[in-house]
Amino acid sequence: MARKPVSFTLNGAERDVFVREGENLLDMLRRGVGDLSPKYGCGQGGCGACTVLVDGEPVLSCLMLAEAVAGRRVETAAGLAGAGGLHPLQQAFMDGFAAQCGYCTPGMLMAARALLDRNPRPSRAEVIEAIGGNLCRCTGYEPIIEAILAAAEGRARA
Amino acid sequence: MGVTVETHASLAEAARAVEAGATLIAGGTIVMRRVNAGDQRLSRTVRVADPAFARISGGGGTISIGAGATMAAIAAHRDLDFLAPVARQLGGPALRNMATIGGNLFARAPYGDMAVALLALGARVTGTSGARPVEDLLRARDRAGLVFAIEVPRPRPGEFAWAKITRVHPYGSPVLTIAVHAPREGGRLRGVRVAFGGMGPGPVRATGAERALEGQPLDAATIARAAQAAAEGLEPVDDAVASAWYRREVAGVHLRRVLEGMS
Ligand SMILES: Cc1cc2nc3c(=O)[nH]c(=O)nc-3n(C[C@H](O)[C@H](O)[C@H](O)COP(=O)(O)OP(=O)(O)OC[C@H]3O[C@@H](n4cnc5c(N)ncnc54)[C@H](O)[C@@H]3O)c2cc1C
Ligand code: FES
Ligand code: FES
Repeated sequence: MARKPVSFTLNGAERDVFVREGENLLDMLRRGVGDLSPKYGCGQGGCGACTVLVDGEPVLSCLMLAEAVAGRRVETAAGLAGAGGLHPLQQAFMDGFAAQCGYCTPGMLMAARALLDRNPRPSRAEVIEAIGGNLCRCTGYEPIIEAILAAAEGRARA
Repeated sequence: MGVTVETHASLAEAARAVEAGATLIAGGTIVMRRVNAGDQRLSRTVRVADPAFARISGGGGTISIGAGATMAAIAAHRDLDFLAPVARQLGGPALRNMATIGGNLFARAPYGDMAVALLALGARVTGTSGARPVEDLLRARDRAGLVFAIEVPRPRPGEFAWAKITRVHPYGSPVLTIAVHAPREGGRLRGVRVAFGGMGPGPVRATGAERALEGQPLDAATIARAAQAAAEGLEPVDDAVASAWYRREVAGVHLRRVLEGMS
Protein backbone atom coordinates (compact mmCIF):
# COMPACT_ATOMS: atom_id res chain seq x y z
CA MET A 1 0.00 0.00 0.00
CA ALA A 2 1.21 3.50 -0.81
CA ARG A 3 3.04 5.40 1.89
CA LYS A 4 3.29 9.16 2.13
CA PRO A 5 5.98 11.25 3.78
CA VAL A 6 4.70 13.65 6.45
CA SER A 7 6.76 16.27 8.30
CA PHE A 8 5.51 17.95 11.45
CA THR A 9 6.72 18.91 14.91
CA LEU A 10 5.95 16.68 17.88
CA ASN A 11 6.37 18.33 21.27
CA GLY A 12 8.80 20.80 19.70
CA ALA A 13 10.96 18.28 17.81
CA GLU A 14 10.86 17.97 14.01
CA ARG A 15 9.60 14.63 12.79
CA ASP A 16 9.55 13.02 9.36
CA VAL A 17 7.53 9.85 9.05
CA PHE A 18 5.84 7.73 6.40
CA VAL A 19 2.12 7.14 6.86
CA ARG A 20 -0.20 4.58 5.27
CA GLU A 21 -3.05 5.89 3.12
CA GLY A 22 -5.98 6.54 5.43
CA GLU A 23 -3.90 6.08 8.61
CA ASN A 24 -5.20 8.09 11.54
CA LEU A 25 -3.06 10.38 13.69
CA LEU A 26 -3.40 8.17 16.78
CA ASP A 27 -1.97 5.13 14.98
CA MET A 28 0.79 7.23 13.47
CA LEU A 29 1.81 8.63 16.87
CA ARG A 30 1.66 5.29 18.67
CA ARG A 31 2.98 2.90 16.01
CA GLY A 32 4.91 5.16 13.66
CA VAL A 33 6.59 7.46 16.16
CA GLY A 34 6.38 5.42 19.36
CA ASP A 35 4.69 8.10 21.46
CA LEU A 36 2.37 5.89 23.54
CA SER A 37 0.90 8.73 25.61
CA PRO A 38 -2.27 9.24 23.54
CA LYS A 39 -4.54 6.25 24.24
CA TYR A 40 -6.86 4.19 22.07
CA GLY A 41 -10.19 3.96 23.86
CA CYS A 42 -12.88 3.66 21.24
CA GLY A 43 -11.45 4.70 17.88
CA GLN A 44 -14.68 6.53 17.09
CA GLY A 45 -14.64 9.89 18.82
CA GLY A 46 -16.59 8.88 21.90
CA CYS A 47 -14.06 8.78 24.74
CA GLY A 48 -11.41 11.48 24.30
CA ALA A 49 -8.52 9.26 25.48
CA CYS A 50 -6.72 10.05 22.21
CA THR A 51 -6.95 13.86 22.62
CA VAL A 52 -3.83 15.71 21.42
CA LEU A 53 -3.25 19.34 20.50
CA VAL A 54 -2.73 20.41 16.88
CA ASP A 55 -1.56 24.00 16.57
CA GLY A 56 -2.60 24.44 20.20
CA GLU A 57 -6.19 23.21 19.77
CA PRO A 58 -7.51 19.87 21.08
CA VAL A 59 -8.51 17.27 18.48
CA LEU A 60 -9.45 13.60 18.58
CA SER A 61 -6.44 11.92 17.00
CA CYS A 62 -8.36 8.72 16.21
CA LEU A 63 -10.62 10.68 13.81
CA MET A 64 -7.94 12.80 12.16
CA LEU A 65 -5.97 11.70 9.13
CA ALA A 66 -2.28 11.51 10.03
CA GLU A 67 -1.36 13.33 6.83
CA ALA A 68 -3.47 16.32 7.92
CA VAL A 69 -0.78 17.35 10.43
CA ALA A 70 1.83 18.02 7.71
CA GLY A 71 3.60 21.27 8.59
CA ARG A 72 1.69 21.59 11.86
CA ARG A 73 2.51 21.50 15.56
CA VAL A 74 1.40 18.41 17.49
CA GLU A 75 1.58 18.19 21.27
CA THR A 76 0.92 15.14 23.43
CA ALA A 77 1.03 14.38 27.14
CA ALA A 78 4.55 12.98 26.62
CA GLY A 79 5.72 16.57 26.10
CA LEU A 80 4.15 18.03 29.24
CA ALA A 81 6.95 17.38 31.74
CA GLY A 82 9.98 19.63 31.24
CA ALA A 83 13.52 19.82 32.59
CA GLY A 84 12.08 21.43 35.72
CA GLY A 85 9.90 18.40 36.46
CA LEU A 86 6.23 17.64 36.01
CA HIS A 87 3.83 20.11 34.43
CA PRO A 88 1.65 21.80 37.09
CA LEU A 89 -1.36 19.89 35.73
CA GLN A 90 0.42 16.56 36.12
CA GLN A 91 1.50 17.48 39.64
CA ALA A 92 -2.04 18.51 40.55
CA PHE A 93 -3.43 15.24 39.14
CA MET A 94 -0.95 13.31 41.30
CA ASP A 95 -1.58 15.33 44.42
CA GLY A 96 -5.36 15.13 44.01
CA PHE A 97 -5.59 11.40 43.09
CA ALA A 98 -7.15 12.44 39.78
CA ALA A 99 -5.83 9.31 38.06
CA GLN A 100 -6.86 5.80 39.06
CA CYS A 101 -6.32 3.40 36.17
CA GLY A 102 -4.87 6.38 34.30
CA TYR A 103 -6.23 5.47 30.89
CA CYS A 104 -8.17 8.71 30.45
CA THR A 105 -5.41 10.83 32.01
CA PRO A 106 -3.35 11.84 28.94
CA GLY A 107 -6.52 12.98 27.16
CA MET A 108 -7.75 14.80 30.25
CA LEU A 109 -4.39 16.52 30.64
CA MET A 110 -4.34 17.73 27.05
CA ALA A 111 -7.94 18.96 27.17
CA ALA A 112 -7.09 20.80 30.40
CA ARG A 113 -3.86 22.15 28.96
CA ALA A 114 -5.76 23.65 25.97
CA LEU A 115 -8.19 25.27 28.40
CA LEU A 116 -5.52 26.80 30.67
CA ASP A 117 -3.50 28.10 27.71
CA ARG A 118 -6.52 30.08 26.58
CA ASN A 119 -8.10 30.80 29.95
CA PRO A 120 -5.62 30.62 32.88
CA ARG A 121 -8.31 31.10 35.58
CA PRO A 122 -11.33 29.11 34.44
CA SER A 123 -14.50 28.74 36.46
CA ARG A 124 -15.65 25.31 37.56
CA ALA A 125 -18.27 25.36 34.80
CA GLU A 126 -15.59 26.12 32.21
CA VAL A 127 -13.47 23.20 33.44
CA ILE A 128 -16.45 20.85 33.18
CA GLU A 129 -17.16 22.13 29.67
CA ALA A 130 -13.50 21.69 28.63
CA ILE A 131 -13.43 17.98 29.58
CA GLY A 132 -16.98 17.37 28.34
CA GLY A 133 -15.71 15.08 25.57
CA ASN A 134 -13.44 13.01 27.82
CA LEU A 135 -14.82 9.95 29.59
CA CYS A 136 -13.43 8.57 32.86
CA ARG A 137 -14.72 5.26 34.20
CA CYS A 138 -12.84 5.43 37.52
CA THR A 139 -12.73 8.75 39.32
CA GLY A 140 -16.25 10.09 39.04
CA TYR A 141 -14.67 13.24 37.55
CA GLU A 142 -14.67 15.24 40.79
CA PRO A 143 -10.92 14.78 41.56
CA ILE A 144 -10.10 15.66 37.94
CA ILE A 145 -12.12 18.88 38.05
CA GLU A 146 -10.54 19.77 41.40
CA ALA A 147 -7.03 19.05 40.09
CA ILE A 148 -7.49 21.28 37.06
CA LEU A 149 -8.82 24.08 39.26
CA ALA A 150 -5.91 23.57 41.65
CA ALA A 151 -3.37 23.77 38.83
CA ALA A 152 -5.04 26.94 37.58
CA GLU A 153 -4.87 28.49 41.00
CA GLY A 154 -1.20 27.54 41.30
CA ARG A 155 -1.97 25.43 44.34
CA ALA A 156 -0.08 22.46 42.94
CA ARG A 157 3.14 21.67 44.79
CA ALA A 158 6.09 22.36 42.51
CA MET B 1 -7.39 -2.76 -2.06
CA GLY B 2 -7.17 -0.02 0.53
CA VAL B 3 -8.43 3.48 0.64
CA THR B 4 -6.68 6.34 -1.18
CA VAL B 5 -6.60 9.93 0.03
CA GLU B 6 -6.23 12.86 -2.37
CA THR B 7 -5.76 16.44 -1.23
CA HIS B 8 -7.06 19.11 -3.60
CA ALA B 9 -5.92 22.71 -3.44
CA SER B 10 -9.05 24.01 -5.16
CA LEU B 11 -12.74 23.43 -4.55
CA ALA B 12 -13.34 22.96 -8.27
CA GLU B 13 -10.88 20.06 -8.44
CA ALA B 14 -12.33 18.44 -5.32
CA ALA B 15 -15.81 18.86 -6.81
CA ARG B 16 -14.76 16.96 -9.93
CA ALA B 17 -13.46 14.11 -7.78
CA VAL B 18 -16.68 13.97 -5.74
CA GLU B 19 -18.77 14.04 -8.94
CA ALA B 20 -16.69 11.08 -10.10
CA GLY B 21 -17.71 9.13 -6.98
CA ALA B 22 -15.00 10.00 -4.43
CA THR B 23 -15.99 10.50 -0.77
CA LEU B 24 -15.14 13.81 0.85
CA ILE B 25 -13.42 13.77 4.25
CA ALA B 26 -14.36 17.11 5.84
CA GLY B 27 -13.98 17.08 9.64
CA GLY B 28 -13.86 13.31 9.44
CA THR B 29 -15.84 12.80 12.65
CA ILE B 30 -18.30 10.52 10.86
CA VAL B 31 -16.43 9.21 7.88
CA MET B 32 -13.15 8.40 9.69
CA ARG B 33 -14.94 5.66 11.63
CA ARG B 34 -15.45 3.93 8.31
CA VAL B 35 -11.84 4.53 7.29
CA ASN B 36 -10.65 3.13 10.65
CA ALA B 37 -12.89 0.09 10.25
CA GLY B 38 -11.48 -0.59 6.79
CA ASP B 39 -14.91 -0.21 5.13
CA GLN B 40 -14.47 -1.79 1.72
CA ARG B 41 -17.05 0.45 0.05
CA LEU B 42 -14.72 3.36 0.68
CA SER B 43 -11.95 3.46 -1.90
CA ARG B 44 -11.29 6.98 -3.16
CA THR B 45 -11.43 9.81 -0.60
CA VAL B 46 -10.63 13.52 -0.98
CA ARG B 47 -9.65 16.37 1.27
CA VAL B 48 -10.04 20.05 0.42
CA ALA B 49 -7.13 22.38 1.21
CA ASP B 50 -8.81 25.46 -0.35
CA PRO B 51 -9.12 28.18 2.36
CA ALA B 52 -12.38 29.32 0.70
CA PHE B 53 -13.96 26.05 1.90
CA ALA B 54 -13.94 27.23 5.54
CA ARG B 55 -14.58 30.94 4.96
CA ILE B 56 -17.37 32.81 6.76
CA SER B 57 -18.36 36.08 5.07
CA GLY B 58 -21.05 38.74 4.73
CA GLY B 59 -22.28 40.29 7.94
CA GLY B 60 -25.56 41.84 6.74
CA GLY B 61 -28.82 40.09 5.94
CA THR B 62 -27.30 36.84 4.73
CA ILE B 63 -24.15 35.18 5.95
CA SER B 64 -22.24 32.72 3.82
CA ILE B 65 -20.65 29.89 5.81
CA GLY B 66 -18.13 27.71 3.97
CA ALA B 67 -19.13 24.05 4.28
CA GLY B 68 -15.72 23.33 5.81
CA ALA B 69 -16.22 25.79 8.70
CA THR B 70 -15.97 23.98 12.03
CA MET B 71 -18.41 24.19 14.94
CA ALA B 72 -15.65 25.93 16.92
CA ALA B 73 -15.27 28.59 14.19
CA ILE B 74 -19.05 29.12 14.08
CA ALA B 75 -19.29 29.39 17.87
CA ALA B 76 -16.56 32.04 17.89
CA HIS B 77 -17.75 34.17 14.94
CA ARG B 78 -19.25 37.52 15.88
CA ASP B 79 -21.86 37.51 13.09
CA LEU B 80 -23.11 34.02 13.99
CA ASP B 81 -24.28 34.65 17.56
CA PHE B 82 -27.64 33.04 16.72
CA LEU B 83 -25.95 29.77 15.69
CA ALA B 84 -23.36 29.77 18.49
CA PRO B 85 -25.63 27.97 21.01
CA VAL B 86 -26.23 25.22 18.44
CA ALA B 87 -22.52 24.82 17.68
CA ARG B 88 -21.53 24.87 21.36
CA GLN B 89 -23.73 21.94 22.33
CA LEU B 90 -22.31 19.61 19.71
CA GLY B 91 -19.91 17.12 21.32
CA GLY B 92 -16.92 18.25 23.36
CA PRO B 93 -14.36 20.95 22.46
CA ALA B 94 -12.08 18.57 20.52
CA LEU B 95 -14.97 17.32 18.42
CA ARG B 96 -16.07 20.90 17.71
CA ASN B 97 -12.58 21.74 16.43
CA MET B 98 -13.10 19.08 13.77
CA ALA B 99 -16.83 18.71 13.00
CA THR B 100 -17.92 20.88 10.05
CA ILE B 101 -21.26 22.46 9.21
CA GLY B 102 -21.21 20.76 5.79
CA GLY B 103 -20.68 17.34 7.37
CA ASN B 104 -23.57 18.00 9.74
CA LEU B 105 -25.97 18.07 6.77
CA PHE B 106 -25.05 14.41 6.19
CA ALA B 107 -25.17 13.16 9.81
CA ARG B 108 -27.57 10.27 10.47
CA ALA B 109 -30.54 10.89 12.80
CA PRO B 110 -30.77 11.81 15.62
CA TYR B 111 -27.58 13.77 14.87
CA GLY B 112 -27.67 16.78 12.56
CA ASP B 113 -28.20 19.49 15.19
CA MET B 114 -26.92 22.28 12.97
CA ALA B 115 -28.88 20.98 9.98
CA VAL B 116 -32.08 21.27 12.04
CA ALA B 117 -31.31 24.93 12.78
CA LEU B 118 -30.48 25.60 9.12
CA LEU B 119 -33.75 23.98 8.03
CA ALA B 120 -35.79 26.22 10.34
CA LEU B 121 -33.88 29.30 9.18
CA GLY B 122 -34.59 28.55 5.53
CA ALA B 123 -30.90 28.37 4.62
CA ARG B 124 -29.74 27.65 1.07
CA VAL B 125 -26.80 25.54 0.00
CA THR B 126 -24.48 26.16 -2.92
CA GLY B 127 -22.47 23.41 -4.52
CA THR B 128 -22.02 21.26 -7.58
CA SER B 129 -25.82 20.95 -7.79
CA GLY B 130 -26.23 24.74 -7.95
CA ALA B 131 -27.96 26.88 -5.31
CA ARG B 132 -31.02 25.38 -3.64
CA PRO B 133 -32.94 25.26 -0.37
CA VAL B 134 -31.36 23.06 2.30
CA GLU B 135 -34.49 20.85 2.37
CA ASP B 136 -33.86 19.82 -1.25
CA LEU B 137 -30.43 18.55 -0.23
CA LEU B 138 -31.80 16.85 2.90
CA ARG B 139 -34.37 14.99 0.79
CA ALA B 140 -31.69 13.30 -1.35
CA ARG B 141 -28.46 13.33 0.58
CA ASP B 142 -26.87 10.47 -1.34
CA ARG B 143 -26.90 12.51 -4.54
CA ALA B 144 -25.75 15.82 -3.08
CA GLY B 145 -22.46 16.34 -4.92
CA LEU B 146 -20.03 18.65 -3.12
CA VAL B 147 -21.53 21.39 -0.96
CA PHE B 148 -19.41 24.57 -1.09
CA ALA B 149 -21.24 26.87 1.31
CA ILE B 150 -24.43 27.46 3.26
CA GLU B 151 -26.20 30.82 2.94
CA VAL B 152 -28.00 31.67 6.16
CA PRO B 153 -30.44 34.57 6.48
CA ARG B 154 -29.88 36.34 9.81
CA PRO B 155 -33.05 36.13 11.94
CA ARG B 156 -34.32 39.25 13.73
CA PRO B 157 -33.62 39.29 17.47
CA GLY B 158 -36.02 37.06 19.41
CA GLU B 159 -37.39 35.35 16.30
CA PHE B 160 -35.17 32.27 16.35
CA ALA B 161 -34.97 29.69 19.13
CA TRP B 162 -33.26 26.37 19.47
CA ALA B 163 -33.29 23.54 22.01
CA LYS B 164 -31.50 20.23 22.29
CA ILE B 165 -33.03 17.66 24.60
CA THR B 166 -30.43 15.15 25.82
CA ARG B 167 -30.31 12.59 28.58
CA VAL B 168 -26.62 13.18 29.37
CA HIS B 169 -25.35 16.69 29.96
CA PRO B 170 -23.52 18.51 28.55
CA TYR B 171 -22.65 15.90 26.02
CA GLY B 172 -24.78 13.41 24.28
CA SER B 173 -26.87 12.13 21.49
CA PRO B 174 -30.18 14.00 21.41
CA VAL B 175 -33.65 12.75 22.21
CA LEU B 176 -34.84 15.70 20.14
CA THR B 177 -33.54 18.89 18.66
CA ILE B 178 -35.99 21.69 17.93
CA ALA B 179 -35.46 24.88 15.95
CA VAL B 180 -38.11 27.54 15.43
CA HIS B 181 -38.00 30.59 13.20
CA ALA B 182 -40.98 32.76 14.06
CA PRO B 183 -41.03 36.08 12.16
CA ARG B 184 -43.82 38.39 13.30
CA GLU B 185 -45.67 41.11 11.44
CA GLY B 186 -48.16 43.29 13.28
CA GLY B 187 -48.28 40.82 16.16
CA ARG B 188 -48.99 37.81 13.92
CA LEU B 189 -46.70 34.99 12.85
CA ARG B 190 -45.75 35.10 9.17
CA GLY B 191 -43.59 32.47 7.47
CA VAL B 192 -43.10 30.31 10.56
CA ARG B 193 -40.77 27.33 10.22
CA VAL B 194 -40.47 24.59 12.83
CA ALA B 195 -37.82 21.87 12.42
CA PHE B 196 -37.10 18.73 14.43
CA GLY B 197 -34.17 16.35 14.73
CA GLY B 198 -34.99 12.88 16.04
CA MET B 199 -38.48 12.93 14.52
CA GLY B 200 -37.56 11.43 11.15
CA PRO B 201 -34.75 9.85 9.17
CA GLY B 202 -33.08 13.28 9.07
CA PRO B 203 -34.03 16.84 10.02
CA VAL B 204 -37.74 17.34 9.22
CA ARG B 205 -40.23 20.19 9.31
CA ALA B 206 -43.17 19.94 11.68
CA THR B 207 -45.81 20.97 9.18
CA GLY B 208 -48.68 20.34 11.62
CA ALA B 209 -47.23 22.76 14.15
CA GLU B 210 -46.42 25.27 11.40
CA ARG B 211 -50.05 25.27 10.24
CA ALA B 212 -51.27 25.84 13.80
CA LEU B 213 -48.94 28.82 14.21
CA GLU B 214 -49.12 30.57 10.83
CA GLY B 215 -51.08 33.83 10.85
CA GLN B 216 -51.80 33.61 14.59
CA PRO B 217 -50.56 35.67 17.52
CA LEU B 218 -48.03 33.73 19.63
CA ASP B 219 -50.33 33.34 22.65
CA ALA B 220 -51.11 30.45 24.98
CA ALA B 221 -53.99 29.12 22.87
CA THR B 222 -51.90 29.08 19.67
CA ILE B 223 -48.99 27.46 21.47
CA ALA B 224 -51.25 24.74 22.85
CA ARG B 225 -52.58 23.98 19.35
CA ALA B 226 -49.05 23.86 17.91
CA ALA B 227 -47.89 21.51 20.70
CA GLN B 228 -50.89 19.27 20.01
CA ALA B 229 -49.94 19.02 16.32
CA ALA B 230 -46.16 18.70 16.90
CA ALA B 231 -45.72 15.05 15.89
CA GLU B 232 -48.39 15.04 13.16
CA GLY B 233 -47.25 13.03 10.14
CA LEU B 234 -43.78 12.42 11.57
CA GLU B 235 -42.00 9.12 12.16
CA PRO B 236 -39.73 9.49 15.20
CA VAL B 237 -36.40 7.70 15.51
CA ASP B 238 -36.37 4.55 17.64
CA ASP B 239 -32.92 4.03 19.16
CA ALA B 240 -30.98 3.43 22.38
CA VAL B 241 -31.50 7.03 23.51
CA ALA B 242 -35.30 6.97 23.32
CA SER B 243 -38.09 4.94 21.77
CA ALA B 244 -40.18 6.30 18.93
CA TRP B 245 -43.17 6.23 21.30
CA TYR B 246 -41.36 8.41 23.84
CA ARG B 247 -40.20 10.91 21.24
CA ARG B 248 -43.75 11.23 19.90
CA GLU B 249 -45.10 11.76 23.43
CA VAL B 250 -42.63 14.49 24.42
CA ALA B 251 -42.22 16.36 21.11
CA GLY B 252 -45.18 18.63 21.88
CA VAL B 253 -44.08 19.28 25.46
CA HIS B 254 -40.65 20.47 24.39
CA LEU B 255 -42.01 22.47 21.46
CA ARG B 256 -44.40 24.21 23.84
CA ARG B 257 -41.51 25.18 26.13
CA VAL B 258 -39.51 26.59 23.21
CA LEU B 259 -42.49 28.59 21.95
CA GLU B 260 -43.27 29.91 25.45
CA GLY B 261 -39.71 31.17 25.63
CA MET B 262 -40.30 33.17 22.45
CA SER B 263 -43.67 34.68 23.35
C1 LIG C 1 -18.51 11.65 19.91
C2 LIG C 1 -19.36 12.29 18.86
C3 LIG C 1 -20.37 13.16 19.23
C4 LIG C 1 -21.16 13.78 18.27
N1 LIG C 1 -22.15 14.62 18.69
C5 LIG C 1 -22.93 15.21 17.77
C6 LIG C 1 -23.98 16.05 18.17
O1 LIG C 1 -24.17 16.31 19.35
N2 LIG C 1 -24.78 16.59 17.22
C7 LIG C 1 -24.59 16.33 15.89
O2 LIG C 1 -25.32 16.86 15.07
N3 LIG C 1 -23.60 15.54 15.47
C8 LIG C 1 -22.77 14.95 16.38
N4 LIG C 1 -21.78 14.11 15.97
C9 LIG C 1 -21.68 13.75 14.54
C10 LIG C 1 -20.70 14.61 13.74
O3 LIG C 1 -19.56 14.92 14.51
C11 LIG C 1 -21.29 15.94 13.26
O4 LIG C 1 -22.52 15.71 12.66
C12 LIG C 1 -20.37 16.70 12.29
O5 LIG C 1 -20.91 17.98 12.01
C13 LIG C 1 -20.06 15.97 11.00
O6 LIG C 1 -19.18 16.78 10.23
P1 LIG C 1 -17.76 16.26 9.69
O7 LIG C 1 -17.14 17.40 8.97
O8 LIG C 1 -16.94 15.67 10.75
O9 LIG C 1 -18.22 15.11 8.68
P2 LIG C 1 -17.35 14.05 7.87
O10 LIG C 1 -17.16 12.85 8.68
O11 LIG C 1 -16.14 14.68 7.29
O12 LIG C 1 -18.37 13.75 6.68
C14 LIG C 1 -19.59 13.09 6.91
C15 LIG C 1 -20.24 12.75 5.56
O13 LIG C 1 -20.67 13.92 4.89
C16 LIG C 1 -20.03 14.08 3.64
N5 LIG C 1 -19.69 15.50 3.51
C17 LIG C 1 -19.08 16.28 4.44
N6 LIG C 1 -18.97 17.55 4.01
C18 LIG C 1 -19.51 17.57 2.77
C19 LIG C 1 -19.68 18.60 1.77
N7 LIG C 1 -19.25 19.86 2.00
N8 LIG C 1 -20.26 18.28 0.61
C20 LIG C 1 -20.68 17.01 0.37
N9 LIG C 1 -20.56 15.98 1.27
C21 LIG C 1 -19.97 16.27 2.44
C22 LIG C 1 -18.81 13.18 3.72
O14 LIG C 1 -18.38 12.75 2.46
C23 LIG C 1 -19.27 12.07 4.60
O15 LIG C 1 -20.00 11.13 3.85
C24 LIG C 1 -20.95 13.50 16.90
C25 LIG C 1 -19.91 12.64 16.52
C26 LIG C 1 -19.12 12.05 17.47
C27 LIG C 1 -18.00 11.15 17.05
S1 FES D 1 -9.99 6.77 20.95
FE1 FES D 1 -10.35 8.68 20.04
S2 FES D 1 -12.11 9.36 21.06
FE2 FES D 1 -11.91 7.35 21.86
S1 FES E 1 -8.71 7.06 35.75
FE1 FES E 1 -9.48 5.24 34.86
S2 FES E 1 -10.63 6.05 33.19
FE2 FES E 1 -10.09 7.82 34.25
